[in-house]
Amino acid sequence: MSGAIKPRVAIQSDDFDTAAEIARLTSGRHDIGAVVTFSGLCRDEAGTLQALEIEHYPEMAAREITSIAGEALGRWPLTGLTVIHRYGMIRPGENIVLVVAASAHRRAAFDAAAFLMDYLKNAAPFWKKEHLVSGAASGWVEAKSTDAAALTRWQEIEK
Amino acid sequence: MSVKLVYFAWVRERIGKGEEIIDLAPSIVTVGDLLSHLKTRGEEYEAALEYQDVIRVAINQEHVDHKTPIGGAHEIALFPPMTGG
Repeated sequence: MSGAIKPRVAIQSDDFDTAAEIARLTSGRHDIGAVVTFSGLCRDEAGTLQALEIEHYPEMAAREITSIAGEALGRWPLTGLTVIHRYGMIRPGENIVLVVAASAHRRAAFDAAAFLMDYLKNAAPFWKKEHLVSGAASGWVEAKSTDAAALTRWQEIEK
Repeated sequence: MSVKLVYFAWVRERIGKGEEIIDLAPSIVTVGDLLSHLKTRGEEYEAALEYQDVIRVAINQEHVDHKTPIGGAHEIALFPPMTGG
C-alpha cells in the first residue's frame, strides 16, 4: 500500500503555507482520518537572537530527507507525507521546517511525524548559525546529545 | 586519484573555502587517513579538523564512518554534526 505513495520533499528559502500543504494531502479524499503536522519555528532566545542562518548541502539534503521519508512510508500505513525544510536567513517567529503526515488513523500519523523529525535533526545536512541582536560574534548551534538519544528510541521500538 | 572535497558550516569557515579538488596518494585508503592527511596541509586545516572524531563525512552524498574506504569517491563532504530541523 505504501509503495505507491511518493513523499513530497521541498528544500527552499521561501516560507511555506501549512494550511495549503495539509490541503494538498487531503483534498478530494475520503479515506484519511488523521493528519499530524509538525512546524518548527525560529525562537528569539529571550530577545537575544536576531536571526538564524541555515546552511545546507543541497544535493545531499534532498536525497537524505527523501530517504528518511521513504523509511517512514515503509514503516507506517500513511496516505501522504510532506517534508519542507527552509534554508537561508530566518527571523524569530518564522517557519523553519514542516512535516505533514496523513493516515487513516492517528497513531501512524503521530508516530511517523515524530520519527521524521528525530531523524531529520540527526541526519539531514543542515547547520544553524545564530546572529545575535547585540552584534556579538555569531556562532554555530551545537548538536544536542538529546537529539541523538531520540533516535535510539525508534531503533528500540518494534516495527 | 583526484577527488572533490566540499566543506560546510564551521569546517568551511576554518578551512577558508567551500570546496577544492585535491590529488590523493594511494596510501590514503580510508576516511580517517584522509582526515589525518588534510591536517598536514596547513594550520587552517588543523584548526578545522582538530577534533577529528566529531567530523562527519559523506561520500558521494551518503553518510559514512571514518573507517570507510574512499575508493570510488568523486565527492567527499566534511562537516560538523548536523543541527537542522
